[in-house]
Amino acid sequence: MPYSIHPDEGYTVDADAVDYLDDTLVDGGDRWVLNFGPQHPATHTTLRIILQLDGERVVRAIPHCGYLHSGFEKLGEHHDYNQYVCTISRMDYISPIVNDVAWHHAAEVLFGIDLTPRCKVVRTILAELGRIQNHLLCVGAAALDLGAFTGFLYGFNERERIYDILDFLFGQRFHPDGTRVGGMMRDIPDMDVFRTMVRNFIDVRLPKAMKDIETLLNTNRIFIDRVKDVGIISEEEAIAWSLSGPLARASGVKRDLRKDEPYLCYKDNWDGQGAEAVKFDVPIATHGDCLCRYLVRLEELRQSRRIIDQLIDNIPDGPIDSDPEGKTRLPDKGDVYGSIEATIQHFELVMTNRGWDTPVGECYGAIEGPNGELGYYIVADGGRCPWRVAVRPPSFINYQTFPKMFEGHQLADLVAVLGSINVIAAELDR
Amino acid sequence: MIDEQLAPQKDVGSNHPVLKAVKEAFPELRLSATVFRGQTTLLVSRDALHQVMRFLRDDARCALNFLSDVTAVDYLGYPVEQPGRFAVVYLLASVSLKTRLTVKTYLNPSMDTSGNADDPELIVDTVTDIWPGAEWREREVYDMFGIRFRGHPDMRRILLWHDFPAFPLRKDYPLRGRGEREHYRILKRDAT
Repeated sequence: MPYSIHPDEGYTVDADAVDYLDDTLVDGGDRWVLNFGPQHPATHTTLRIILQLDGERVVRAIPHCGYLHSGFEKLGEHHDYNQYVCTISRMDYISPIVNDVAWHHAAEVLFGIDLTPRCKVVRTILAELGRIQNHLLCVGAAALDLGAFTGFLYGFNERERIYDILDFLFGQRFHPDGTRVGGMMRDIPDMDVFRTMVRNFIDVRLPKAMKDIETLLNTNRIFIDRVKDVGIISEEEAIAWSLSGPLARASGVKRDLRKDEPYLCYKDNWDGQGAEAVKFDVPIATHGDCLCRYLVRLEELRQSRRIIDQLIDNIPDGPIDSDPEGKTRLPDKGDVYGSIEATIQHFELVMTNRGWDTPVGECYGAIEGPNGELGYYIVADGGRCPWRVAVRPPSFINYQTFPKMFEGHQLADLVAVLGSINVIAAELDR
Repeated sequence: MIDEQLAPQKDVGSNHPVLKAVKEAFPELRLSATVFRGQTTLLVSRDALHQVMRFLRDDARCALNFLSDVTAVDYLGYPVEQPGRFAVVYLLASVSLKTRLTVKTYLNPSMDTSGNADDPELIVDTVTDIWPGAEWREREVYDMFGIRFRGHPDMRRILLWHDFPAFPLRKDYPLRGRGEREHYRILKRDAT
């Protein structure tokens, strides 16, 4: 078809005449078609699933993506390596700080930058806070979708403390956009306040919330009946379907990038003086059902707490930016107005025809996000913006197994499975 | 601290353990590899891609059983000359050996790339029969680049609607679009 943007000459969108509906899912006989979403409380955001039902049993399910597609990858080709953090932060909005850390981890792999020990510790703490943030929502939402609103609020309440910490560090509670190439947006404003806030969260608030959630759900007959033996994925299937993160580990896949391809403080000798990697265990379950996913996430919360506990009192002094001349990030505003060097540096970075030397090459950098392997494949052309940024979004890849998990189950199991995958539509559609 | 080494190194004799195994198994193929930042990329021709991928998964020395991602790159106007306009990129990982390998294959279009027509040259064998998890990733590559996958069970667009008039991640598609939003037909409730 030659190119045309005028609907009269070209395309029509008629929801009733879409071929895949006609071919695969037809009303008739004992079976009927149900449209689930895109606007439904249990779909969290905008997910649409077309279901073919036999009574109350799901025979076939076809998910439809794209309702939130906003061209993030195309935008990445027109934003420089620091700007783009504001875009990717909007992907997994449950734990935005993890996106920031992941993007700049990939950018630093591309540039070959080694971070300062202080920056590594701060980023590790933030990444683990992000994981807690994500898992608190997910274990809560698993209960919410099954009708237990209280469990959801126990978790959701405590996420507010993490927002407070991010607000204190970066001045923005929801999307901090806190990382920069080779460093952070700014250093920690006050170490004592930061330490007190984090300590209060991991020592007081988090254990209490987890105890509340566990008391409410772990031996709750109604909850267990709804999630046990529902949505089973075996280990072989999990690997074949490219599952990663808690979803894969609940099926017995021994894979955690923090252990397998260590980065930041998960790596031995991270400070260059022989410091040991942070100690934590990777929880693995073998049954691969919704209950296992819930339990794996609960245990990961505990392990994240343990990682932060090891680091928070030992944040090294020294600069937070690896480049002392600040070639890769905007200098502080005070310096810009106070010194000619910083003014020049500011202009060098702001002018669209300037920027710093970047390599020509392609590489992939990934971290263990809360939902799985969150990676970026960057193609750099030597200019100020990447040539191409390809995201490996864990939600998208995990979500494609979703129909396989509950086909044959009851319709009500759909929400239980959906809650256990923790699919985030903004990351799904990008 | 930015690395001085700005250009990718051509390193055919790289010491990635997989390369030797692949070379032994496919002596008749012309394979090459590049190394950048310690990451090895294996370049495979389009025709040999499927058998090489199956070998990489099944051979015990490679054991690259985890398909991390499938994506594509458009090199129109890229400053360094490439063997083709498009590249399909497969990021492989090994769950047991903890190794990684990137596999790339290049394609050249045979017709104008601005529309949404199916180009007979932009087609690769699917890997969904090796890793079923490639299904949606390949659909996304088709959606964004118009590269189709031969043998794919469900070759439809995934993020955009099915007759979107272009493939938006191609470099000749402008950032702000070509006015699809402004010209999009509005469906009214009382439309006849």
